[in-house]
Amino acid sequence: MKSLEELMAIRDKAKASMTDREGTGDGIRVVVGMATCGIAAGARPVLNAFVEEVAKRNLKNVSVAQTGCIGMCQYEPIVEVFEPGKEKVTYVKVTAEKVSEIVASHIVNGNPVVDYTVGAVVKD
Amino acid sequence: MRELSLNVLDIAQNSISADASLIEIEVLENTERKELVIGIYDNGRGMTPEQVQNVQDPFFTTRTTRKVGMGIPLFKLAAEQTGGSLEITSEVGVGTRVRTLFKTDSIDFTPLGDMDSTIIMLITMNTDRDFIYRFGIDENEFTLSTQELKGILGDVPLSEPSVTQWIREYLSEQTQNIRGGV
Repeated sequence: MKSLEELMAIRDKAKASMTDREGTGDGIRVVVGMATCGIAAGARPVLNAFVEEVAKRNLKNVSVAQTGCIGMCQYEPIVEVFEPGKEKVTYVKVTAEKVSEIVASHIVNGNPVVDYTVGAVVKD
Repeated sequence: MRELSLNVLDIAQNSISADASLIEIEVLENTERKELVIGIYDNGRGMTPEQVQNVQDPFFTTRTTRKVGMGIPLFKLAAEQTGGSLEITSEVGVGTRVRTLFKTDSIDFTPLGDMDSTIIMLITMNTDRDFIYRFGIDENEFTLSTQELKGILGDVPLSEPSVTQWIREYLSEQTQNIRGGV
């Protein structure tokens, strides 16, 4: 069984490595729409996947957050990626499977996955 | 919604929008009566009696208050289609209590789904709030309190990956323990 003593050990270990996590104010922000529309469309596993992928790769300058309705409910789950000094990239109909590709290509290597962006999916 | 746990996530977002500092979530099943109670209780800014009426009606929602909309009506429908109910009590400046009752033997009962993911997400995305999660089946239950966890963690955040992982495993063990005990 997991115990609170174990959590204390985790705390001490985390404390030791936490100092080099600071100073992340100018990093990349990933924002997932988590209103009723987003949640119903499957935003929860998408947000989870981002958190896990960022933790797995130990990306210190990336923060993952949630927001309300982004305004295009039929294209949810919607994910916005904000990079300092660059235009915002909006991904639509994101699935947990697409997340690792977005993280690898866009977040790590700076090349947005154009096929999943709002511009590629929404054709007038 | 495919799982009731997604409704819970959705309703809890309203508590966060209402600036609640403490959100209590309870999921209590009574196997004898074949009933499931799901409650989301907060100390947020609360609602007037008129607002309480409005949030239950998807067509009377004004677009200026984006926080409310389909969330409560969908949750209410999920409860009522099983023969259960949804009740909201709220007081301005005190908080809001959303309590639902589900008949688990109804053919229209939506599965609870992945409650652990809902709780993890709420805790790690809102580390400035406190959550109390109570899960029980009949007389077996457990409670997770972020206040208690924060007391142990000090300035290590709940969103720290190794801490999140511990919470996930802890929830999973406790839940399995309770499910296994039935």
